[in-house]
Amino acid sequence: MSTLKYQTQAVAKPYFIAAIGLFVGQIIFGLILGLQYVWGDFLFPEIPFNVARMVHTNLLIVWLLFGFMGAAYYLVPEESERELYSPKLAMWLFWIFLIAGALTVLGYLMVPYATLAKVTGNDLLPTMGREFLEQPTLTKIGIVVVALGFLYNIAMTILPGRKTVVNVVLLTGLVGLAVLFLFSFYNPVNLVKDKFYWWWVVHLWVEGVWELILGAILAYVLIKTTGVDREVVDKWLYLIIAMSFITGIIGTGHHYYWIGTPEYWQLLGSIFSALEPIPFFMMTLLAFGAVGKRKREHPNKATVLWAMGTGVMAFLGAGVWGFLHTLAPVNFYTHGTQITAAHGHMAFYGAYAMIVITIISYAMPYLRGQGNAASWKQQYMEMWSFWLMTIAMVFITLFLTGAGILQTWLQRFDDGLPFMVVQEKISLFYWMREAAGVVFFIGLILYIVSFFVKGDQKEGGIA
Amino acid sequence: MSEVFSKSMARNIYFGGSLFFVLLFLSLTWHTNRELPKTDNRQAITEEVALGKKVWEENNCVGCHSLLGEGAYFAPELGNVYKRFGNSKEAIKAFLKSRPVNGIPGRRSMPQFNLTEEELDAIAEFLKYSSEIDAAGWPPNIQG
Repeated sequence: MSTLKYQTQAVAKPYFIAAIGLFVGQIIFGLILGLQYVWGDFLFPEIPFNVARMVHTNLLIVWLLFGFMGAAYYLVPEESERELYSPKLAMWLFWIFLIAGALTVLGYLMVPYATLAKVTGNDLLPTMGREFLEQPTLTKIGIVVVALGFLYNIAMTILPGRKTVVNVVLLTGLVGLAVLFLFSFYNPVNLVKDKFYWWWVVHLWVEGVWELILGAILAYVLIKTTGVDREVVDKWLYLIIAMSFITGIIGTGHHYYWIGTPEYWQLLGSIFSALEPIPFFMMTLLAFGAVGKRKREHPNKATVLWAMGTGVMAFLGAGVWGFLHTLAPVNFYTHGTQITAAHGHMAFYGAYAMIVITIISYAMPYLRGQGNAASWKQQYMEMWSFWLMTIAMVFITLFLTGAGILQTWLQRFDDGLPFMVVQEKISLFYWMREAAGVVFFIGLILYIVSFFVKGDQKEGGIA
Repeated sequence: MSEVFSKSMARNIYFGGSLFFVLLFLSLTWHTNRELPKTDNRQAITEEVALGKKVWEENNCVGCHSLLGEGAYFAPELGNVYKRFGNSKEAIKAFLKSRPVNGIPGRRSMPQFNLTEEELDAIAEFLKYSSEIDAAGWPPNIQG
């Protein structure tokens, strides 16, 4: 029944299913958080805000990592023109990562964080309690082990096989991801140093090496669905990732304005991070250019929609909304307000959530033995979910931006009003954000339902 | 793109550009580390501050609050809370101690962490140390 070119590509399927499952968990906790913003003691003290937020952000990271790994297992054999080095290792790592992830989330929810720190030996090597890196040190070590095994598996497939630009860029991004994660183990008492190197994980991931992964997956899907000349896509991919590094590395400086670092970072960070939208804009150009000059009509229209959407939403969320508050004189007032939250939501959805959904959308019909596309009925529903989730995210971002502008104005100018007074004044925006969040969730449910819709396969067309 | 601009040229821009900016970033990192003693208030770091940072981390304070603007935006900025509380460690301790276990009905509530007297002293000392880091004049006012 399988319509795969290489049988070992099949290991991608459980990775994609896990990614979607954890995505659902992330959104449920997002809805809880949104409600806590307006209904302060909702679920208190059972699930305080900080616990729900940890679950929300950590699930995001983990499901994106599942998505990246699934993407690699799917596209690397095809690009390398050989079977995956060890499908068995891939399945072992899948279960290790899933169980470790589940145990960590259960730990967050079942015991107080301080207890979790104690029983997992945070005393020996304290790495916990920093934003996004809340995982117990043991879990972090587990992540490193899984990453090493994964990289070994992928490298052993790529190196003896055909080396395409997509393959090599993807591998570079994944190696960078693993190497930079090692800085999560460095946690000096000096708060300024702690923050300085914390960004080497967080910024150099999402505004650095992850862009290589994003670019490689996007290039692969565009080559497959539009049939445009690989040489042209390769050239674009090189230029995109070149611009990512040229702007993004020194762009790290936009996090070094107000944390006790030398003030020249204000100038450097402002200039280079103002250029960070460029690679995202080039991705949009690449996606629309490739689709416009397509040499074949791929029957999977949903994938093409997700791919173009990734370009646009990554540019808006990471590029435009990043630029809004990246210049030091602006950031002085907006730093640490809802403006940051607005940017974070649209950037993560547009750049990383959407690229993972793009590759899932492309690969799933093959993995499920449906041929090169799902039925029209399925695709129709999937495209509905695209519009619901994407438009909902636009509104989440707009409402948070509104909240952020008011917060900045009321709290940061002149003497300012106290934080909680301001929060109450802007609660209408939080209510509207929560409503948009519910629409997003409906879109997500529809997305999942789309996999189970019965439809006439012939309509989708087997190649 | 035309043949004038070849794939190998694009690749060279990627390799050359990346190498240059990685090296520049590493040099700036080296220089920043040399300059940090002027601003990072390291002379105030004591064993008590170190314990305070650990208490901060092991209770996931950053899951609701921000510290020098980084963290969550659900609860007030704490980088300058020592100053906002009238340069008083006692006020910080009293606030932490008086959090009701079941929260305040209908309002955002901070959990009761049941910290020991030693931990309370340490967290207050850590927040005092944080407030004295030279953060280029941020935040704009005392509200954080």
